[in-house]
Amino acid sequence: MTVDLRTRYLGLELKNPLVPSASPLSRSLDSARALEDAGAAALVMYSLFEEELREQMQQAAFLEQQEVGYSEAESFLPVHAEPGSGLDAYLEQLRRLKETLSIPVIASLNGVSLDGWVENGKLLAEAGADALELNAYYVAADPSISAGEIEQRYITLLSELRGVVSIPITVKLSPFFSALGHFVSQLESAGANGISLFNRFYQPDIDIDSLRVAPTLHLSHPGDNLLAMRWLGLLSGRVSLSMAATGGIHRAEDAIKMLLAGADITHLCSALLLHGPKRLREILNGISAWLEESPYDSLEQIKGVLSQHHAKDPADYERASYVRMLDSYKVNRTAWD
Amino acid sequence: MKRRMITLDGNEAAARIAFLCNEVIAIYPITPASPMGEHADAWSAQSQRNLWGSVPQIVEMQSEGGAAGAIHGALQSGALSTTFTASQGLLLMLPNMYKIAGELSPTVFHIAARSLAAQALSIFGDHSDVMAARTTGFGILFSNSVQEVMDMALIAQAATLQGRIPLLHVFDGFRTSHEIGKIEAVSDETVRAMIDDGLVAAHRARALNPEHPVIRGTSQNPDVYFQARESVNPFYQAMPAIVQQCMDRFAELTGRHYRLYDYYGVEDADRVLILMGSGAETAQETVDHLNAQGEKLGLLKVRLYRPFDAATLIAALPATVSAVAVLDRTKEPGGDGEPLYKDVLSALAQGVASGEAPCSTLPRVIGGRYGLSSKELTPGMVKAVFGELKRDRPKNGFTIGIHDDLSHTSLPWDETFRTDASHKAVSALFYGLGSDGTVSANKNSIKIIGECTDLHAQGYFVYDSKKSGAVTVSHLRFGPEPIRSTYLISDDEAHFVACHQSVFLERYDMLDKAEVGGVFLLNTTAPPDKAWDTLPRKMQQQIIDKGLKFFVIDAYRVADESGMGQRINTVMQTCFFAISDILPQGQAIDAIKQAVEKTYGKKGKQLVEMNFRAIDTSLANLHQVTVPAVADSAFERPSVVPENTPRFVQEVTAKIIAGRGDTLAVSQLPADGTWPTGTSQWEKRNLALEIPEWDEELCIHCGKCPFVCPHGVIRSKVFDPTLAKKAPETFKHVPVKGKEFPEGWHISYQVSPEDCTGCTLCVDICPAKDKQNPGRRALNMVPQPPVREQERCNWEFFLSLPEFDRRKLRPNVIKEAMVTQPLFEFSGACAGCGETPYLKLASQLFGDRMMVANATGCSSIYGGNLPTTPWAHNAEGRGPAWNNSLFEDNAEFGLGMRLAVDKQAELARELLQKLRAEIGEEQVEALLHAEQNSEPGIYDQRERVAELRKILKGIDKPEARQLETVADQLMKKSVWIIGGDGWAYDIGFGGLDHVLASSRNVNILVLDTEVYSNTGGQTSKATPRGAVAKFSAGGKPTAKKDLAMIAMSYENVYVAQVAYGAKDIQTLRAFLEAESWDGPSIIIAYSPCIAWGNDLAHNHEMQDLAVRSGHWPLLRYDPRRLELGENPLQLDSKAPSIGYRDFVANETRFNMLWRSHPESAEQFLHESQEEAQAHFHHYEQLAALSFQKSDTGEDKEK
Repeated sequence: MTVDLRTRYLGLELKNPLVPSASPLSRSLDSARALEDAGAAALVMYSLFEEELREQMQQAAFLEQQEVGYSEAESFLPVHAEPGSGLDAYLEQLRRLKETLSIPVIASLNGVSLDGWVENGKLLAEAGADALELNAYYVAADPSISAGEIEQRYITLLSELRGVVSIPITVKLSPFFSALGHFVSQLESAGANGISLFNRFYQPDIDIDSLRVAPTLHLSHPGDNLLAMRWLGLLSGRVSLSMAATGGIHRAEDAIKMLLAGADITHLCSALLLHGPKRLREILNGISAWLEESPYDSLEQIKGVLSQHHAKDPADYERASYVRMLDSYKVNRTAWD
Repeated sequence: MKRRMITLDGNEAAARIAFLCNEVIAIYPITPASPMGEHADAWSAQSQRNLWGSVPQIVEMQSEGGAAGAIHGALQSGALSTTFTASQGLLLMLPNMYKIAGELSPTVFHIAARSLAAQALSIFGDHSDVMAARTTGFGILFSNSVQEVMDMALIAQAATLQGRIPLLHVFDGFRTSHEIGKIEAVSDETVRAMIDDGLVAAHRARALNPEHPVIRGTSQNPDVYFQARESVNPFYQAMPAIVQQCMDRFAELTGRHYRLYDYYGVEDADRVLILMGSGAETAQETVDHLNAQGEKLGLLKVRLYRPFDAATLIAALPATVSAVAVLDRTKEPGGDGEPLYKDVLSALAQGVASGEAPCSTLPRVIGGRYGLSSKELTPGMVKAVFGELKRDRPKNGFTIGIHDDLSHTSLPWDETFRTDASHKAVSALFYGLGSDGTVSANKNSIKIIGECTDLHAQGYFVYDSKKSGAVTVSHLRFGPEPIRSTYLISDDEAHFVACHQSVFLERYDMLDKAEVGGVFLLNTTAPPDKAWDTLPRKMQQQIIDKGLKFFVIDAYRVADESGMGQRINTVMQTCFFAISDILPQGQAIDAIKQAVEKTYGKKGKQLVEMNFRAIDTSLANLHQVTVPAVADSAFERPSVVPENTPRFVQEVTAKIIAGRGDTLAVSQLPADGTWPTGTSQWEKRNLALEIPEWDEELCIHCGKCPFVCPHGVIRSKVFDPTLAKKAPETFKHVPVKGKEFPEGWHISYQVSPEDCTGCTLCVDICPAKDKQNPGRRALNMVPQPPVREQERCNWEFFLSLPEFDRRKLRPNVIKEAMVTQPLFEFSGACAGCGETPYLKLASQLFGDRMMVANATGCSSIYGGNLPTTPWAHNAEGRGPAWNNSLFEDNAEFGLGMRLAVDKQAELARELLQKLRAEIGEEQVEALLHAEQNSEPGIYDQRERVAELRKILKGIDKPEARQLETVADQLMKKSVWIIGGDGWAYDIGFGGLDHVLASSRNVNILVLDTEVYSNTGGQTSKATPRGAVAKFSAGGKPTAKKDLAMIAMSYENVYVAQVAYGAKDIQTLRAFLEAESWDGPSIIIAYSPCIAWGNDLAHNHEMQDLAVRSGHWPLLRYDPRRLELGENPLQLDSKAPSIGYRDFVANETRFNMLWRSHPESAEQFLHESQEEAQAHFHHYEQLAALSFQKSDTGEDKEK
């Protein structure tokens, strides 16, 4: 017996809940095709970064202006090798992905300023994106800016964008909103069709040999997903927009938990980078196998069944379990003796 | 049919035809021909196709010799093949050219003709190179203008296919190769019609092919070689007619008709001038002018110089000719006249003798030289030559364009003579900084005028030989008739003069050039009502006398407010159009905006908007200044050099600095290329807007700032504080920290404010930070103008303090080593140059006994380009002795120095032995066995040699006289062989390898910028995988050559790989160890370069990331350690601690590939990452091997 893995996300009918998230895998048509072949239901493209576009513009200006007036060299880098704008390249890749794949392609915008984003969003929609993901990657380091102001920035951005594009928009959020539930409902009112929980911030590290701060890239691990699961569980049934789980989904078990908590789909990234497209197939098979043995016939049925809304003890998702968990932790005696 | 006009320079014109007509193009960078190769490479990278619909294959070789070899092979294999070169590059091709011609292989080499290195190198134009190739069997076809370059390139291609004689297509370097002209395009259809595919097929059919094999390149003997050599004669006899046929066919297609020898002038001319190249254009302009005044003059343009068709040449002359002057743009020292003169003379003599000449008697024929190294040929000079022909006894073997007070060859000329053409065209002059965009804006203006009007346009740009603060002067002409003025805009000629930098007011007499009633535009921060007061008195007077309209704008403010930073080009361009009346203002503004849109439209809307803002606000900020009736300025333009400079500097160097080098007479210049050192100190360029200021309270006296300063402008001195009693009030000095110096002595860190380039690297490296005030260090940048005078006085005082006794310093401690005097200072290298700190370090450590063989490249240009040079000498007069031989032979050149030093030292020792009795046993023994591995040892030996010289004076023996001539060699010499990676990895590698294998005591310093920096960033074998460089537009696909590993394979070579910005102490040690090793040593020095596309303010960080990512492992391989049973290899950097991605992400040369070719960028990155790890691991394993001797005496392996 085959189980029904179909799900609905951002108004899109997907054949299953596995959607590779923004990653370098969508930069190559080969790897994108491999993901589709492995069973991916949709694909989120790598992000179009605001600061990258800005840097590219500066670089373009630099390459145009590299002459120094020296008699033997009018330039130093080959001007003709200068690439077109990053935006053009992104739009081109989007078109190529759409041509190559039959699954929906979701374009991803990463930035915070309003400037240019609305226009870029429009171009992505025109280029054939099935949906837009707004990646709200912003570290609120400025002490003079309040939480309210930051939230308002996103709402404004979203409303403006909503005004010019008709395709679905989803917002990828960080976990650092003080009242996430409220914020999500505001996003919904402003026209968001979905949210994705949670964005991972790459943390700086300190190299104690060189005494420098250096960026690090750590891929996610299984188990990194519990924060997202909790919030999916809390929001499921309370908001009506689509929800995606992202971060730390490495095995079928991780994905199933998310769906049970209320996700419509689960994103995959680190697991694919580490293990290749076959991991997607394995997770998909795992979900099917679990579903076959479960009392449910279809994926739609399991979505949110263990959300707070449906939970036997709603407190499990909130503070009460905190004390219980702390108390239950067994001290490693050998380390303390 | 509407003719399609295009605006381009000579190099591009040649490259377009060459690209269309060839399949294999082998290239190698050399000024001024490099752009041809760069264009071809660019078009190939963009998959543009040739006439047969295929993308030509472009290959960069390791030298021009290699390029010629590859072309020879490609031609022998049936491909249509070409190359582009000039000067020494052409000389390197000569051996192959004999082969190619000997085998009757059709090809066209495009030559931007350039001077040859003789008493000095020169990158500028003349025909010395081509004349050196005239015996190869190649035909030689000249183009005189940009239009002709495009036309003749095609005619040459068609003719070589038909006649099988290979051709050099020649045009003048810079004057034509770099002149921008509006010309009629040669269409693809014309090219198609000119190239006969039947002939192409014939060429292919002659190819080596195993299907029907033949053998060529046999070895022939006395019995047949001679006859076989004569067998080609029919081809050479037929070739002139073939070229003429091609010219005729071209004329049918385009209407432009050329002849092998084009006569121009009146039919009954009595005097005729014969020459070839761009000078013929000026000659034509002058002939027109003089004939209009009733003279009877003619001009014969020699287009086909080889095969030389004497009969056709003399037939082209009018029968009325009575006197002929032949001008050669070359010099054949010792010859009885230059080549063209001799050829014309013998053609006429033969023609008259045989009765074939149009004239019955031999006209008077004189020959002269002109235009060497792009020396101007002006109408006044042409007129002077015609004038000379009228004299009873005209000078033969004359020169024109210089003042020869030595051999009295020169003809005088009227510098004020102008032709009518100068009144018909509008001339505009722009004085700008290389980096402010003046040149690109002017090129753009020419395009706009070219496209929007029917006017003809010409642009010529006088660039700088300095890399930092380079000054450019743009000469633009526009007019209704074709512009043939192949000379710079002269005095009183410019309708428009623009000064884009107000500091130039102090430097150049730019208004000498302005015509009466012209326009002067000045970019100044002074408000319009104060601008007049900023002009020197002479300039004010010129404005009044010439009735100039004077406009000002604060372009920096307008650019800054528009978001364009320091880039004032758009602002100044807008002003030019607004006040020059060449185009209606509205039309001009629209055209500028269109150009901006075209350039930046795809790259970012903001860029376009910024430029638009700048254009729109420029007009509002442009003001006309009301010119007062009287010049009332309080100052005159200051003298170029201070009054206390040596006489030679006053009389010669200062004139060159002031831009008046043309006025120097022959006798004033050294005959053999010998110049004084240490002259850069006299050329104060005041480039820095900000300079470092020393905070003596915070300073920890670590010595790092003088170590990293690329220009030697920040220095430390330790001195007895009593000497500072008469110091200027603001001179800073504090008790020196540390017990290594005499108690109570003081240290000062002083900056030379007028020599600093403001690169900020000293501030960047400063480790002394103010905890109370984050961001503040012991060095902080402050605006230069307010402290300039004060710091100038402080610098002078600092220089007057005695140097610390070298004998008391430990050279392996940075702080102490940096107290020594740099003998490499204030070079013209780029601000923040990654190479010069290494040279300065070597000069500090060994400068007083250093001999330098310097390969051609950046280091020979900033190291040896006139007017002033940075290699200096100390108070005793000792310092590096420097010479640049060539690009390809530098290792051998340095080895020759070593051999001479060693041989003469040996002779000196032999003579000492012979004079043992006279000199004294003890003295001789001490001299023979002196320890010279330390500063005290070297000092003592110098004393002994001085004493020896005294003793020798009293010895009346021939041996004593001989010993006097070689006694200096008893003092240790430090021979340095210096060059860039283009030399060491590519063109000079064979020689370098041989010298490494020689066991001789030479020190090789490779300044590795990972590209050919001097010629504009072309790929070398040092270029890392994935880096974008010219000739590697898609990222270099192969890994960097591991030169260190190759050198280590000799086992007796000291090898070091250093990056001072990552680990300065390792660099210092490597230099000391390399120099002290009595055998070959090589230091490969990582040298960040502007060619990488980054601001060199981040130079140190770039070095650090390169080391930490494993791209550039630091290592030292010291053969001396083998003797001690130690592993000779020491790794001085740790295993890669950051990803290769972090390294490449930081640099434009790599990260631009992520956008242009993202997939290959990732692939290269992946490969480089693995290589870096594996590479380091390999070194780590080598460094871990045990070299201890076992009891049996055999090496014990771990």
